[in-house]
Amino acid sequence: MEAINNLISGGAVMDVLFYVFAALTLLCGVLVVANPFSRNPVTSAMFLVLTIISMAGLFVLLHAFFLAAVQIIVYAGAVIVLFLFVIMLLDLKEEQRRKIKMFGLVGGLVSVGAIAAISLKALRTTNPGANLSAPQLEGGTNDLGQVLFKQYVLPFEVVSVLLLVAMVGVILLSKKDLK
Amino acid sequence: MNVGLEHYLTVSFLLFALGLLGVVMRRNLLVIYMSLELMLNAANLALVSFSRFNNQLDGQVLVFFIITVAAAEVAVGLALIVALYRKRQTAHVEDLTSMKL
Repeated sequence: MEAINNLISGGAVMDVLFYVFAALTLLCGVLVVANPFSRNPVTSAMFLVLTIISMAGLFVLLHAFFLAAVQIIVYAGAVIVLFLFVIMLLDLKEEQRRKIKMFGLVGGLVSVGAIAAISLKALRTTNPGANLSAPQLEGGTNDLGQVLFKQYVLPFEVVSVLLLVAMVGVILLSKKDLK
Repeated sequence: MNVGLEHYLTVSFLLFALGLLGVVMRRNLLVIYMSLELMLNAANLALVSFSRFNNQLDGQVLVFFIITVAAAEVAVGLALIVALYRKRQTAHVEDLTSMKL
């Protein structure tokens, strides 16, 4: 931990690492959504793993060490494996290129571009990072645990009930014949 | 130039737009679901960067809960997709038109 801390607190190194991880995240995100070479869902899942891992790198740059670990364990470890299992179970063929409707294509691109433009413009006009003091926060396991088990005990317990409900629901949904 | 809150938020917004593009454009149910995960992750990144630059840990606790809920959501959603595939033999949104008028 100390070594990582010392390494990433050097300003220039941190900036370069931010640009590397940000570019990697966005590039792999593009390849999840619109891969020009393959329409196979497995390819998308694999690039989703890369996106998640580079995002964990961004979390480390934000000193959220615990969340970076959780991100890799839960997403890359559990969620993607679940996705791959379902792809295997469904035995999906390579998605053949159907004709994309012109209206849908233009409408989708325009709406997505408008949302991106609006949020970026809002960011530039409000400028939320203008008068903030230098960040000091450390998101290690100890710090996060202190907040989680003192201030947020009730939500923590409720979330455990939610996981139980989800488990029961999944078992019920995947039974062959519902009675 | 120092990397600040705006840079992280820009990445988050672009990633969210990418996920939205995937939901709108792709036709495979599983890939649409992956794009949803991408949007969820973009929100997580924004929360973590706000938390870091405001020196408050609450945002990271919220992200912790979001990750938990997302795991539950993926399990239920994929079970639904499998159940749907058993009934209809397709995971293609254009073949699922029973709610069309």
